[in-house]
Amino acid sequence: MLLIPCPWCGPRDEAEFTYGGQAHVPYPRDPAALTDEEWARYLFFRDNPKGPHAERWCHTISCRRWFNVVRDTATNEVLAAYRIGEAGPVIS
Amino acid sequence: MPRQLPSSAHPFRLPTGGRIDRSRTLTFRFDGVAYTGHPGDTLASALLACGVRQVATSIKLGRARGVFGVGSEEPNALVRIEAPYAEAMVTATTVELCEGLVAFGLPGRGRLPDGPDPARYDAVYAHCDVLVVGAGPAGLAAALAAARTGARVVLADENGELGGSLLGRGAADDWGARARDELAGFPQTRVLRRTTVFGYYDDNYLLALERRTAHLGAAAPAHVSRERVWRIRAGRVVLATGAHERPIAFADNDRPGVMLASAARAYVHRFGVAPGRRAVVFTACDSGYPAALDLAAAGTEVAAIVDARPQAGLWAQRARDAGLPVRAGHAVTGTSGDPCLTSVAVRELRDGEPTGPVAVVDADTLLVSGGWNPTVHLFSQAGGTLRHDPARVAFVPRECRQAVEVVGSAAGAFTLAECVADGARAGARAANREATEADLGHVLAPPPDPDDIGGGAPPVPLWLVPGPDEPRTHFVDLQRDVTVADLRRATGAGLSGVEHLKRYTTAGTAHDQGRTSGVLTTGVAAHLLGVEVSALGTTTYRPPYTPVPFAALAGRDRGALHDPVRVTALHDQHLARDAVFENVGQWKRPWYYPLAGEDMAAAVARECRAAREGVAFMDASTLGKIDVQGADAGVFLDRLYTNMISTLKPGRIRYGVMCRADGMVLDDGTVLRTADDRFLVTTTTGNAAAVLDWMEEWLQTEWPQLRVHCASVTEQWATVALVGPRSRDVLSALAPQLPSSSDDFPFMAWRDTRVAGVAARVCRISFSGELAYEINVPPWYAPHVWEAIARAGAPYGITPYGTETMHVLRAEKGYPVVGQDTDGTVTPQDLGLGWAVSAKKRDFVGKRSHARADTARPDRKQLVALLPDDRHTLLPEGGQVVADAPLPAPPVPMLGHITSSYRSTALGRTFALALVRGGRERVGQRIYVPVGSVLVPVTVAEPVLYDPEGARRDG
Repeated sequence: MLLIPCPWCGPRDEAEFTYGGQAHVPYPRDPAALTDEEWARYLFFRDNPKGPHAERWCHTISCRRWFNVVRDTATNEVLAAYRIGEAGPVIS
Repeated sequence: MPRQLPSSAHPFRLPTGGRIDRSRTLTFRFDGVAYTGHPGDTLASALLACGVRQVATSIKLGRARGVFGVGSEEPNALVRIEAPYAEAMVTATTVELCEGLVAFGLPGRGRLPDGPDPARYDAVYAHCDVLVVGAGPAGLAAALAAARTGARVVLADENGELGGSLLGRGAADDWGARARDELAGFPQTRVLRRTTVFGYYDDNYLLALERRTAHLGAAAPAHVSRERVWRIRAGRVVLATGAHERPIAFADNDRPGVMLASAARAYVHRFGVAPGRRAVVFTACDSGYPAALDLAAAGTEVAAIVDARPQAGLWAQRARDAGLPVRAGHAVTGTSGDPCLTSVAVRELRDGEPTGPVAVVDADTLLVSGGWNPTVHLFSQAGGTLRHDPARVAFVPRECRQAVEVVGSAAGAFTLAECVADGARAGARAANREATEADLGHVLAPPPDPDDIGGGAPPVPLWLVPGPDEPRTHFVDLQRDVTVADLRRATGAGLSGVEHLKRYTTAGTAHDQGRTSGVLTTGVAAHLLGVEVSALGTTTYRPPYTPVPFAALAGRDRGALHDPVRVTALHDQHLARDAVFENVGQWKRPWYYPLAGEDMAAAVARECRAAREGVAFMDASTLGKIDVQGADAGVFLDRLYTNMISTLKPGRIRYGVMCRADGMVLDDGTVLRTADDRFLVTTTTGNAAAVLDWMEEWLQTEWPQLRVHCASVTEQWATVALVGPRSRDVLSALAPQLPSSSDDFPFMAWRDTRVAGVAARVCRISFSGELAYEINVPPWYAPHVWEAIARAGAPYGITPYGTETMHVLRAEKGYPVVGQDTDGTVTPQDLGLGWAVSAKKRDFVGKRSHARADTARPDRKQLVALLPDDRHTLLPEGGQVVADAPLPAPPVPMLGHITSSYRSTALGRTFALALVRGGRERVGQRIYVPVGSVLVPVTVAEPVLYDPEGARRDG
């Protein structure tokens, strides 16, 4: 059970959150202008790194806010948490 | 009649010693025989005291087995408890004796009790600065050092008493007692006895099982939960989990009477029980000697100490001085007995091979010490890595990214002084203080250690004593009956990794999770493969450390508390009308209302007739409702719905469909515009929460600039659907202010008015094709309004109807239900809802996907109706649809499947809805549905079967 630092509420049990997949995959500005392949990349393709991964979480059963987390997928270590619209940390 | 033993029959009970209460006697039964023991005994110690050698038989080979260990490492003595509580399979070494205990030995496998478990189970959270696991000398020292800094400390130990290896050890036990007393004085320290930490997860989250009442037997208070799961989040963890002695693989090493040397010592010290009358000790390290000396002091004759090491050192001298015969450089090569041990075969060991003549030594007890395995299970679960320490012949902790420290013998420290100092330093460190002599006081002064004789000889790796025959009785895993021969077969089959060997042979997978067998398996396999033990490593340790009952994990989340049950404000009305309920998500919804003597089909037919020919009403309160407010609410809904919402006028209603970005239908429902900047959105019953989540996700993550707020108002409104050609008559009587003509109150409009004197919002919405109203009122007025409708409708034969009738009515009209007729691969166009997809809007969620090549294919599965040739055949929902009869050879191409299937009173026949490949092109064609061995012929039809012109919606 991860301890996730909600930027609004502080550290809380993972069970209070829902996972929202990779972060920073914005809805395309003009979907109609994209080729089928470009649109399919937005819809279906996500990174799957071993190591730091920026991902979205929502504090569903509390403040209901979406925010971003950088988690090391190999160790489950949460390296950073930041609000929507804030810049993510530079993870080397 | 079971055989009775005299209550004083404790032939193996020592005259003194042990932490048992000799002033009280407990009676118990084992395998139908009555015995006695004392408070402080375990079932295992009581059986040993009574001279019961064989406790169980093994799982595959049916071999006799006796008590082998003293705690949770026990692989042999499996028992079933029948009274005063029921347990399917536990180890006799972990069952605290209580009055009236009834137990039976098991043939390796448990049997669930027949009746339900009446006990209560519970869960509790704890947060602490320092969690110390294990209350032996290292754990006690760590807990004390941490507690003295004022830190919040939790100390958990699986035994009934704190003290671990100190228990019953004279002066050392007194040290433990002082530590226990001091710990009890810290208000911030919580001591959990009979509590096994069984899982170590991310971010120092640990689970522990506390056994609260089993030791009390029939005296257990009913209000106390039997077991309790502790969910502990710890700042730092100190693992003082000790070490387990490991056996050695030799012929017939499983006979009752063979026991771990450390276990035998514990029976003497903690329970005042002699394991036997005449013992042989077989050891590959120094630990066999103090065990032999302790047994000798307790009156057991020690026939031989067989030491695999040629140079046995100081301890051997001690033993010889005490008159005990020592055979250095020898090994036990086999045992005899029928079935319990009567003699031991001993030979000289040269380069790992037994040589020379066999000496047969009579003995009823054989103590074995193959060395020590630090108990690294929890450390390993935490993500810690291990390394092999060749000097200690042990796998010891290396490193872990979590805030954890391993101390004492779990870290490879095997003297009492090391354990205590190690524990005290780690405890202080865990509480963010450096330990000082002053802080730690007597903690750093270890108790006297009778085992520390100022020098010993190093252990040797001894896994296997070969011969005399095939190693088919050289057991490595006693509980799984895995032998060296099995491991040899596995390595012979080409397996060379311990994980594979484990799965191939099942070694280490039993109740004891490899506590005695794991490292031995590695050692024997390394020997067979001719590689170093360090190269093979151990298997991955996973939770749970010890078996945890499902009942304990479920806790209170069972039965009525498993999942919330939601009922509407009209639930009592439904009960009064004998409704049969169905579960829709968490809701209980009336399914149908049978009259006396009616079956479901008759009730549904009657309810359908009332709705089509007269008037009927239903409770539609469970539909999800979301209040969407804000200056940009219209823009927002335009982006989420496939059709245009912002052009809706206040007072009007529009049906809308939502898609996911991939273009597939997410949900549908109606949207009421209640003000210029306010909408009331309805969702399907099961999707209410998901649609609110969906809206909030887009608002927060993609469109934070939109001025929109959403709130669930599902339970702020109760809704009654009033349906049928006479519905206007009923409503007019109750709502005189409401315009009755369709010109003044048209279809897909809403009005605020009073119904039966109550402020109500009335919508002209129809999910049946009939003239219909949805009457929304505050829930606390709903029963009043419902009964008023029933009275006003009585002259017209008004009939309550349930969800089954609702489904028949909507399916006759070809209205799909999201989640029943859709499955996440269906577009609005597939459902024939292309009319609800805006071509004008520049974008909405899902629009781009509708132009993808796959989504625009003409031969997608489309919603159509199927009419069986035989008007009485009811097709099974989920049935497959095929093109040809007779069936071609497999694989048979599938055209699709049936999503809904009903009997229709209005149509006078059965019908179904189905998703069929290229379905709209097939209208009029004959296709088939295989049902069992029969191919049912059906005709494809347009999905709207009833009133396709829509003539009935205005009455």
